Amino acid sequence: MPEPNADTVAHRETLRGGESWSFRLQRGFALRLTDLEGGANVALLAFNAAEPLERYNMPDTLKAQHTFRLTRGHCLYSDMGHSLLSIIDDSLGWHDTVCGVADAQAVAAKYGVGRYQELRNDFHRNGYDRFLIELSKHGLGKRDLVANVNFFSKVTADGEGKIRFVPGHSGPGAHVDLRADMNVLLVLHTCPHPLDPSPDYAPKSVELTVWRCGLPAADDLCRGSRPENARGLENTRRCFCQQDWLATHADA
Amino acid sequence: MLTESRLDPRLASHSQVVAAGEPWVYDLRAGQTLRIVDLEGNQAVDTLFFNAHDPAERYSAVDTIRGQGALYLTTGTRLISNAGRLMAEIVADTCGRHDTLGGACAAESNQVRYALEKRFMHSCRDNFLLAAARDGRFSKRDIGHNINFFMNVPVTPEGELSFEDGISAGGKYVELRAVMDLIVLVSNCPQLNNPCNAYNPTPVQMLVWDA
Repeated sequence: MPEPNADTVAHRETLRGGESWSFRLQRGFALRLTDLEGGANVALLAFNAAEPLERYNMPDTLKAQHTFRLTRGHCLYSDMGHSLLSIIDDSLGWHDTVCGVADAQAVAAKYGVGRYQELRNDFHRNGYDRFLIELSKHGLGKRDLVANVNFFSKVTADGEGKIRFVPGHSGPGAHVDLRADMNVLLVLHTCPHPLDPSPDYAPKSVELTVWRCGLPAADDLCRGSRPENARGLENTRRCFCQQDWLATHADA
Repeated sequence: MLTESRLDPRLASHSQVVAAGEPWVYDLRAGQTLRIVDLEGNQAVDTLFFNAHDPAERYSAVDTIRGQGALYLTTGTRLISNAGRLMAEIVADTCGRHDTLGGACAAESNQVRYALEKRFMHSCRDNFLLAAARDGRFSKRDIGHNINFFMNVPVTPEGELSFEDGISAGGKYVELRAVMDLIVLVSNCPQLNNPCNAYNPTPVQMLVWDA
C-alpha cells in the first residue's frame, strides 16, 4: 500500500476547528485527514467534479457493503453506481454517516449564543451554514446537501434502533485516507458532530494531506473487500476508458 | 409501536390502488391523512416528501433520525425536512418498523450490488426520475434519501446492516398526517434481487382523509 511521504505528498495544510474547505481531488490522488488534537469531526460531501448532479449517496454506500459504519476497505458510492472515494487506510474502524450536521438553532441551543460581535473568529460556526457557504462557491446549494460522512465520529445503534454517540472515539494522530476513484469535488468542514454531548463549543483542528496514491491495482484492498466493490470500481473505470486508452496509445 | 387507526375507509376522500412497479405523485394538503396499505404483504413503498410551495425543502432521513434519536420509523415519528421543520407525523402503524437507511433501488446500484448485467431491470429511481420529469416541480437534484415503508433493514450494535425478510403482512398499514402542504412521491418498489418485496412485488392502496 502506498504511503504519504516526501515523494508522494503534493500539499499539506491545517484546517482550524469550525472551518470549511473544498477541493477538486483528482483520480489517483488521496486525501489524508489527521485528527491533530483528538475529538475532531470532519463532515464531508463528495461530488463528481465533472457533473455535480452525481453525488455521494449514503444509502447506496451502506447497502452495497452491508454496513452501518465506514472504515478501511469501504467505497463511498455515488447515486450512479460509481466509487467516488475509497477508504484505503483508517486507524479508527468506525466513521458515522447517518447523523447529518447541526444548524444555527441547534448550535445555539447546545452551546448558547456565540456571535462574531463578541467572539470574533472564534464565533460558533455551525455545520449546516458551513456546508451552504462552501457549496455556494461551486454553484451548489441546499438542494445538493445530502447525508454527509462524519469522519472521526462513532454513533452506534442498539437492537431497537436507538442511536448513541460514543465519546472519546478519536485520539490525537488518528487518520483516514480517501482515494479519489474519479475526479471528485470535496466539500468539508470541521464543526462538531451534532450529537457530541460536550457542553463546550471547542471544534478541533485537522491536518489535510493531498498525496499521490495511484489507481487501484488488481489486488487493491477495496476492490477485493467485497464483490460489490469489484463491480463498483469497474463501473468507475469505464468513465475513464477513453483517457486511459489514450494514455497507453501515445502515438494515436 | 403498533397503533391502529380509527379512520373509516368508507369516508376517505381519495382511494387508489398503485400497481407493483408504478410511481405515484399526490398533493397532500396540511391536515390531511394518508394511509398506505400493504395489500398482499412485504411490499416496500419508497416514499419522498416535498414542501408543495418550495420543493427544495424535502424529507431528510438524517434530520429525522437525529430528531428522534433512533433509526426506525413508527407511530410518533416526526418526519423532518432538510430545513429542520416538521413535515408530517406517523399517526398509526400496524407494521411496527419502517426503514429510512436503505434508499431506493436504481439501475446503477443494482449493477454494483448484484451484477453489471442487471442495469436493464426496472427500479425505484427510474420511477422517481420519470415522475419528476412529468411533474416538473422537482428533478433529480431534489431526490434525497427516502423512506421505505414496510421494509426491514436491521442494524447491529457492531455496525452491520442487512436486508431482511419483511415484518409486514397483507392488510398492514401505516398512516401519516401532513403538517404542511406536501407533494408525496412514491415508487411501489419493483426490486426482484433481494427479499425487500419477498421476491414478488405487489400492489398497495392509498387512502386519503380530509382534515
